[in-house]
Amino acid sequence: MGTTASQLGKDLLSEYQRFSELLSKEDRNLTSVPMEKVLSLPELKSNPFRKRICHVFSTSDMKDGSLTFEDFLDLLSAFSDSATLEIKSHYAFRIFDFDDDGTLDGGDLEKLVNCLTGETEDSRLTPEEMRQLISNILEESDIDKDGTVNLSEFQHVISRSPDFVSSFKIVL
Amino acid sequence: MPSQKKNDIAIRMEDVGIEIDGELDSGSEDEARRRDRNRKAKASPRAGGRNGKPATSEDEEEEEDQDEAPRKRARKKKASAQDSEEEEEEDDRSVKRKGTKAAGRKKKAVEEESEESEEEERGKKKKGRKVTNKKQKDEQNKEKKGDAKGKGGKDKGNVKDKKNKNGKYSRECQAFVEKFEGALGKGKGRKLYAYKVMMAKKMIKFNRDFDNFKTACIPWERKIKEVESHFGSSVASYFIFLRWMYGLNLVLFAFMFGLVVLPEVMMGLPYGSIARKTVPRAEQERAMDISVLLDFGGYCKYSILFYGFYNDERTIGVLQFRLPLSYLLVGVGIFGYSLMVVIRTMARNSDEGGDGGDDGQFTFAFKMFTSWDYLIGNPETADNKYASITTSFKESIVDEQENQKDENIHLRRFLRVLANFLILCSLGGSGFLIYFVVKRSQEFANLDQDELSWFEKNEVEFVMSLLGLVCPPLFETIAELEEYHPRIALKWQLGRIFALFLGNLYTFLFALFDEVNAKLEKEKSIRNATIWGLNEYYSNYSSYHNTTDIPPPDIHPADVIRGPCWETAVGIEFVKLTVSDIQVTYMTILIGDFLRAMIVRFLNYCWCWDLEAGFPSYGEFDISGNVLGLIFNQGMIWMGAFYAPGLVGLNVLRLLTSMYYQSWAVMSCNVPHERVFKASKSNNFYMGLLLLVLFLSLLPVVYTIMTLPPSFDCGPFSGREQMYNVVMETIENDLPAFIGNIFTYATNPGLILPAVLLMVLAIYYLNATSKNYQNANLELKKKMQMARDEEKNRRNNKENTNQVMQDLEDLLPNRSLLPPAAEEENPPPDKVREKGSKSPKVAKRPGAAANGKGVNLQNDVSLAAPNPKAAVTHPPGPRGLSGNARGPPPGPVRGRGRGTPPPRH
Repeated sequence: MGTTASQLGKDLLSEYQRFSELLSKEDRNLTSVPMEKVLSLPELKSNPFRKRICHVFSTSDMKDGSLTFEDFLDLLSAFSDSATLEIKSHYAFRIFDFDDDGTLDGGDLEKLVNCLTGETEDSRLTPEEMRQLISNILEESDIDKDGTVNLSEFQHVISRSPDFVSSFKIVL
Repeated sequence: MPSQKKNDIAIRMEDVGIEIDGELDSGSEDEARRRDRNRKAKASPRAGGRNGKPATSEDEEEEEDQDEAPRKRARKKKASAQDSEEEEEEDDRSVKRKGTKAAGRKKKAVEEESEESEEEERGKKKKGRKVTNKKQKDEQNKEKKGDAKGKGGKDKGNVKDKKNKNGKYSRECQAFVEKFEGALGKGKGRKLYAYKVMMAKKMIKFNRDFDNFKTACIPWERKIKEVESHFGSSVASYFIFLRWMYGLNLVLFAFMFGLVVLPEVMMGLPYGSIARKTVPRAEQERAMDISVLLDFGGYCKYSILFYGFYNDERTIGVLQFRLPLSYLLVGVGIFGYSLMVVIRTMARNSDEGGDGGDDGQFTFAFKMFTSWDYLIGNPETADNKYASITTSFKESIVDEQENQKDENIHLRRFLRVLANFLILCSLGGSGFLIYFVVKRSQEFANLDQDELSWFEKNEVEFVMSLLGLVCPPLFETIAELEEYHPRIALKWQLGRIFALFLGNLYTFLFALFDEVNAKLEKEKSIRNATIWGLNEYYSNYSSYHNTTDIPPPDIHPADVIRGPCWETAVGIEFVKLTVSDIQVTYMTILIGDFLRAMIVRFLNYCWCWDLEAGFPSYGEFDISGNVLGLIFNQGMIWMGAFYAPGLVGLNVLRLLTSMYYQSWAVMSCNVPHERVFKASKSNNFYMGLLLLVLFLSLLPVVYTIMTLPPSFDCGPFSGREQMYNVVMETIENDLPAFIGNIFTYATNPGLILPAVLLMVLAIYYLNATSKNYQNANLELKKKMQMARDEEKNRRNNKENTNQVMQDLEDLLPNRSLLPPAAEEENPPPDKVREKGSKSPKVAKRPGAAANGKGVNLQNDVSLAAPNPKAAVTHPPGPRGLSGNARGPPPGPVRGRGRGTPPPRH
């Protein structure tokens, strides 16, 4: 880690600072930050997809969502201004793919809706509404009619969205 | 050594303190590569092994590596013919593409070569020095891209098309080189480029801040958004309308205050100096009583708030301000300005078009996938966002349900006709009732006031408020028969209640004109009496003192006999009406919403049934009532502003308070509508109603200005035959003669008639063109829909999903869905120095994912293919190098959507 730090340009310093703040004194020598620490970042705290984001960007073998500094940088660059629509949509897809099976099926979409409508019970949609919503989404974006939205279909949709690029952003 | 050079540059860049991430060939590229290497070394031994050489984290070693490793890597990765060819290319540029390529390609290659050399030469001239190694590499990079694309095109067999494509790509290359020239060069150009990049970054940041600032400057934006997120856009549309109204009234107030009230206060005669500015002796005792003041009598009546206070001197103060002229022009200008603003807003809104409910292709998908704003870091904001997303889901679902409703069309039609019939009946009935009551009240007015009972005196008001109370709920009940979409139902409801309220307006104006006529009669007699009295005084004075030099009669202004001043009376009527309207509205909210909510909330603990879910429950926000209240209130303001300049100020205060009061009330005491529905994007319906009211209120004001004689002893126009004579006077006395002539000509009927004719023609023409455009628009929309359907069908029929990808590719030429090919391809050794950071990653990613997460391989390959991480630092460069660049045919990928096309060697 130390050697890497010495090579960091000014542009990376602030990110490194933020990252090393997450590491407490005793585990300075660790290379990765556990997920709970990352989730405590104010930028991620109120994001309904925070856990998914950690899992997607984590390269840890333990599947615990911990991030190394490189993962952290990957996260930031995917959410940065200069990332292209393609990259952003790709990561968005992986974030929304809750069961990691490479397609957005009904279960993924339902989880996604529940994430978007918040944790409280009263703001949840009724099962009827949920059914209608999901069938509508599949109707719109499932081009090959296999009942799921795959990456290319997803990107096809996203590429027409006017404000996806501007909203899929995290700034430290 | 080139790498050394590059590092130097990188270091320099860092010294300057500039970040150039996101650009090719920049210092940070080095960083990224290093980072990647480190990571690779750490995270995945497999990837490291693949590199052919263990990656090292030490800098020096790495630098030495740079020339060697990529080459090795490249060789190991793919031993395809293309690779070797590229290396040859690198070694000796004159030897071009031989062997493996088809003959057609060769020709093209030569073409390209020449193009390239041209380009190079140009670059040399420009820079006046040797093109750097890097630059060459860059161009080769481009060239390759163009090449590969050309190969893709070859399969389609159209040579001409291919050439075009090549031309296009070489143009793109040129543009790219020009753009990044600075980054590739050194010295001055380099610094300039760095500076440019820095400024661009600063600019982006500044723009973002500025946008935030702009949003923060929109008044009540947060309040409205909050309401919108909980109650839906329909309720928010009322608040947006209220805000718009507030803006309009602020401008009107500025006109009125700046051009009429302020000059009179600053430069006019003070209170008590002349009769019209003094409370009459008889009223002085009670002039300060609160009850009198609340009725706008006493000091209020003889104040700057009302028409009567203004003096008729042609000019006032040192500035020679022509107050009467200004008064008239502002009075008329308020209408002109309002008309202009309303119509302009309507036109702009209709631009955005849409009758609500966006007809886009991906309504739900957009809501689902792109509605969360990842920048939200505040829990409260997040809660609001949750609410607003939920609301918008619900709105769309309501729309969708409405679309899908299978209906019995005959029954529905019958019900709608029936409902309209019922409502017409009740409207007609209430119209007749109003007419009848007004007639009766006129009869009563001729009788002695003491003989009438209280009910008979207030019959009109009583009937009016009864109608206003009963009819809207009745209409709403009847409207349920129609089963319209709530948005359309709201419009109908608005229109119907509007028609009902027109009756209200009619009675009010009727009563007012009666009063004015009576006052005019009275004034005539007083005026005659005054003139007679003055004459008597003069003749007496001259006969008594035997002199013709007669001083004006010495009477205290409070004792002067004065006329009734009907203008002030009208102004007071309007102000009273506005104030009572404010009171009623606020009390309704306080009792109907707040008290009800309190009772429901707290009595619910000790009640025999569930108050919250059962009968009284919480109130819903009454959109139609509130909107119409606002519109009619504005009508009162427009009508009254001429006679009571203070009214506009009062209205500004009212709108300001009701903004806060109502948004508080709606957030704290109301529940969202049962079916939250989306408001139409343009609130043109509100605007249309407003325009109608504006027109209706324009009529009486213009009528009084043009026909009724102004009072002889009060107001800025006293002593003139007609109010508009002020303008004539100004034209005659103050403007040069030729302007007077022009006016005479302009008012000639011979000129006016052709002008009117011309305008009618223009309207006809514009109408015809707009209809044509509309037709064309519809036609295009239909075509688009057809194209979309066709495309969908075609896709569904294709078995091979790769074909789908191909179609998508054709569909989105700019954003290639296929991954940028440079990563897959073996770059020339020189190039590998940047690309090296990426390609290992590609190799690594799928493996890591497959190992780590146990995802099925198929999907994984498809996920890994675009290699998003590396591409962040990727230039807008090589793309679409699709087919043949791929080495091994990506077997498992097929069948999944994001497949790579099969190899085409």
